Amino acid sequence: MRAVAVESVPETPRNLRLIDRWTLSSVLLAALVALPVLTVIGLAVGSTGDIWQHLLSTSLPRYIRNTLYLMLGVGVAVCVLGISTAWLVTMCRFPGRRVFEWLLLLPLAMPAYVIAYAYTDFLEYAGVVQGVLRAFFGWQSARDYWFPEVRSLGGAIIFMGFVLYPYVYLLTRAAFLEQSVSMIEASRLLGRGAWHTFFSVSLPSVRPAIAVGLALALMETLNDFGTVDYFAVETLTVGIFDVWLGMGNLAGGAQIAVVMMLFVIGLITLENISRRHQRYYQPASTRLKQLPAYPLVGWQRIAATGVCFVPVLVGFIVPVLVLGELAWVYFDASWTPAFRTYVLNSCLLSVAAALIALLVAIVIAYARRLKGSRVLKLATRIASLGYALPGAVLAVGIIVPFAAFDNALDAWMRAQLGISTGLLLSGTVTAVVFAYVVRFLAIALGQVEASLEKISPSMDMAARTLGYGAGETFVRYHAPLIRGGLFTALMIVFVDCMKELPATLILRPFNFDTLATHVYEFASDEMLGEAALGSLTIVIVGLLPVLLLTRMIGKSRNGGPDQPTRPAPMASVA
Amino acid sequence: MSTEYLLEVDNITCRYGRDRAVDGLSFRARPGSLTCLLGPSGCGKTTGLRAIAGFQDLDKGEIRIESRCVSKPGYLLPPERRQVGMVFQDHALFPHLKVSDNVAAGLRHQQESLRRQTVSGLLERMGLSALGERFPHELSGGQQQRVALARALAPRPRLLLMDEPFSNLDLDLRERLGVEVHDLLKEHGITAVMVTHDQYDAFVLGDEVGIMSQGNILQWDTPYNVYHEPTSRFVADFIGNGVFVRGTRTGERAVNTELGDIQGTLDRPALTSAVVDVLIRPDDVLPDPDGPISARVSRKAFKGADIMYTLTLPSGTTLLSMFPSHDNFAVGDHVRVRLNVDHLVVFPIENTVTESMTSSPA
Repeated sequence: MRAVAVESVPETPRNLRLIDRWTLSSVLLAALVALPVLTVIGLAVGSTGDIWQHLLSTSLPRYIRNTLYLMLGVGVAVCVLGISTAWLVTMCRFPGRRVFEWLLLLPLAMPAYVIAYAYTDFLEYAGVVQGVLRAFFGWQSARDYWFPEVRSLGGAIIFMGFVLYPYVYLLTRAAFLEQSVSMIEASRLLGRGAWHTFFSVSLPSVRPAIAVGLALALMETLNDFGTVDYFAVETLTVGIFDVWLGMGNLAGGAQIAVVMMLFVIGLITLENISRRHQRYYQPASTRLKQLPAYPLVGWQRIAATGVCFVPVLVGFIVPVLVLGELAWVYFDASWTPAFRTYVLNSCLLSVAAALIALLVAIVIAYARRLKGSRVLKLATRIASLGYALPGAVLAVGIIVPFAAFDNALDAWMRAQLGISTGLLLSGTVTAVVFAYVVRFLAIALGQVEASLEKISPSMDMAARTLGYGAGETFVRYHAPLIRGGLFTALMIVFVDCMKELPATLILRPFNFDTLATHVYEFASDEMLGEAALGSLTIVIVGLLPVLLLTRMIGKSRNGGPDQPTRPAPMASVA
Repeated sequence: MSTEYLLEVDNITCRYGRDRAVDGLSFRARPGSLTCLLGPSGCGKTTGLRAIAGFQDLDKGEIRIESRCVSKPGYLLPPERRQVGMVFQDHALFPHLKVSDNVAAGLRHQQESLRRQTVSGLLERMGLSALGERFPHELSGGQQQRVALARALAPRPRLLLMDEPFSNLDLDLRERLGVEVHDLLKEHGITAVMVTHDQYDAFVLGDEVGIMSQGNILQWDTPYNVYHEPTSRFVADFIGNGVFVRGTRTGERAVNTELGDIQGTLDRPALTSAVVDVLIRPDDVLPDPDGPISARVSRKAFKGADIMYTLTLPSGTTLLSMFPSHDNFAVGDHVRVRLNVDHLVVFPIENTVTESMTSSPA
C-alpha cells in the first residue's frame, strides 16, 4: 500500500477515560463564578429568624414597597415606549422610519444614573427650564408656581423608562420582523382589518419577546443604584447600602440581598418561560419576505414621527446637550490629573475584566462544544447566572467569601509564620474585577457560543483528523473565523464594566475611584457640573456597542431579524 | 501486519442518552478495500463513522486499526493521533485559507519544499492545479469536494473516511466524481469507508456494502448481491424498486404465483412456510409482445433511456417494469410481458402486504 504512512504511532498510556482537562477546567470556572450566587443563597438558608423580625419591623417593607412601585412604573413605561416604537418602525411606512430604527437605540448608551444627573440639573429650581418659566411668567420664587419634583419616585420611573425601553424595543422589533408574513396575510384574507390583525395576530405572537425585553429592563431597574440613591427612593439596593455600609450591618445587608434574589428569580423565570414560548411563535422559514407595511398619511405621519422622536429626544439628545454644555463650562475644573487617573483606572479594570471574561467564556463554550455533556450544559447555565444578579447583591456575595478567605489566611500565616498577609482579595481591585467577570460573563459566553455555532462541526473534525489537537484547532481554525464575534464580546463587556456602579462602589479599595464612582461621588456632593465631563465620557464609551447594534440592524434591513447583542447571553440560560 | 484486516469494528455500541445510535455494529475492511455503509438517515451510520474517527465514545465493543485498539469503552485515542483522513458532506474547507494551504493543513511536520511538492502533486492529480491560490468560496461544489479529498489524502492517512461525500453535488457531477474518486482510491490502494444514504453512490464506490438499520448491519455483501439477493424485506425495500407477489412453494427452487411458476436459485433453506412473497424487480419483468402476461398500464414515469411502467394485472396485483423508451404506451393501454427471474428472492408473508416499493430516489 503506497498511500499508507508507516510512521510509528506514539504510544499511549493505558489511561482509562483520560482526565478530561476541558470538562474539569470549565466546571471549576463555573463553580468559581457561581460562588457569589451560592453565598447569597447560603446566607438566606442559614439566617436566623430574629434578624428577619428586626428587618420586617423596620425598613424592609418600605424597601420592598418602593422597589415594587419602581418596577411597576418602569415596566409600564418601557412597554408603552418600546412596543409602540417597535410597531411603528417595522409595520408602518412614514418619513424617517429608517433613521428611527437605529436612533431609537441611542438611549441604551445612557446609564440611568447619568440621565438622572442631567435632568436634575436641567429641571431643578436653578435649572434652565424653571429659569425660563420664571422669566416668562414673572414668578419670583418657588412659592409662586407648582413644578413637579424631579428627585422623586415618579422622576426615577420616567428617566429609567426612557433609557431602558430599548430592551423592549429591540426584542419586539426583532419579533415583528420574524413573524410569519403569511400569518398576517391569512388574517387579512379572513376579513380582519389592519388594527384587528395587529391586536389579534401580531401582538400575541410577539408577546414572549416583549416579556423577555421587559424582564431584562426590570433586571436593570433592580440593579440600579445611582438613580434611586440620588433621587432618595429607598429601594432594596439602597437598603443594602444603608444597612451594610451605613449601619455597618453586613448580616442585615445580606438579608436584603436575599430578598432581592427572590425578585431576580422571578424575573429569570419570566424570561425563561417567555424564551421557550418565543420558539413556538417564530417560524423561521418566511423571515426574508418583506413585511406588509401600512403607509401612513397626513396627521398619522406626524404622529408617528412624534412618537418615535420623543424617546430619542428625552432619552438621549437632551441629556447629552445638557451634559455637553456643563462639561464645556466646567471643563477646567473637571479635566484634572485625578480625572485622568479615574479614566485610566476604569479602562484598566474593564480591559482586565473583559479579557478574563472572554477567556473564561471561550473555555466553557469550547468545552461544551467538544464534549457536549450534561454537566457542561449545567456549567454554562450556572456561569450565566451572574447577569441577573444586581451589583449590590453580587458585592455581598463576593465580600463574604473573600473576607472569610483573607481572615483565615491571615490568621494561619500569623500563627505559622508570624506574618500578616492582610487583605489579599477583599478590598482590592481583584474583588472588583471578579465582580465584573461574574456579572458580565453571560454576555461574553452568549457571544462566543453564538459565534461557534456558526462553524460547522465537520470543520472541527477535519482539523482533528489532520492532526491538530483540540486547543490547536481552536487557535488555528476557530479563532480566525470568529474574530469578529470575539471582539464584539470583548467590547460589550468592556463597556458594561465602564458603566457599572453599585458593585464597584462597594468593592473598590479605599481612595480608589473609577469614572463611574467619581461621577457618583461628585453628583452626591451636588457638584453636577464637575461630574458632567465624566458622565459624558461614559455615554460616549457606551455608544460603541450601540453603534455596533445599529450596524447589525442596518444589515438586517431586508427583513431578516437581528439578534440584539445585549440580551444575547440569555439564550444560553434559557 | 498480524491480521489481514486494516480496520476491525468489533461489536460496538454508542449511546446518545438512552438511545443506542449504534447497537452491536461489526465489520472489517481489508487493506485497499472500499467499504460502504448504506442506510436511511438515523440508522447510525454517521455515528459509526464518528466512532472510527475517534469523535464518539464507545459503550461497548472495540475498534482496531492495524490490529491496534484505538477505541474501547473508557478509552479513546484522540482523532489527531489516528492517522485517519476524513471527507465531509459540507466539504468543511477552512474558509480563511487558500486551496493550497487547505491541502497543506495536515502536512505541518513536513519540510517546506517537500510539502509544496506534495500539495502541487495532489492538486495536479485532482485537476486543481490552476486553483491553488483561490479561496474555497470561489470554487464550485465539485471543486470544493476535490480539494477536501486532496486535503484528506495529503498526509497519507491509513484510512479514509467519507461522510456522504457526494450528497451536496448535483446528480450529473456526483456520478462523474464518484467514478473518479473510485479510480483514484484504487490507484493509490487507499482503504476507505464511506457512509451514504444513496444506493447509487454506494454502488459506484463500494467493493462491499453494509446495509444498516437501527444501528446495525442487516446485510453485508457486494452491491450486485444486495440488489439481487436481499436477505431481508428491509433490504429488498431499501435497495432498488420492486413489488412482492404472493405465491406457494412447489419445490426447492420453484414458487407458484398468479404469474405462473417462477424458477430460480433459492438459497434460503431456513424458510419453512409454504406461502411466501416473491420479490419481483422491474428488470425481472421484460416487455414481450408474445409474453404470457397481459397487464394494463396504470402509471408511467419517463426516465430518459427507459420508461418505468406500473402495470396492473386483472387480479389487481401491480408490477413494475422497465421498458426501453421507444416502447411508449399510454396510461390505460394493455401490454404483454414475461418474467425473467434469475434470483428467486422470497420472504415469509407479512400481514401488511407491501404492494409496491418505490424507495429509490427518482
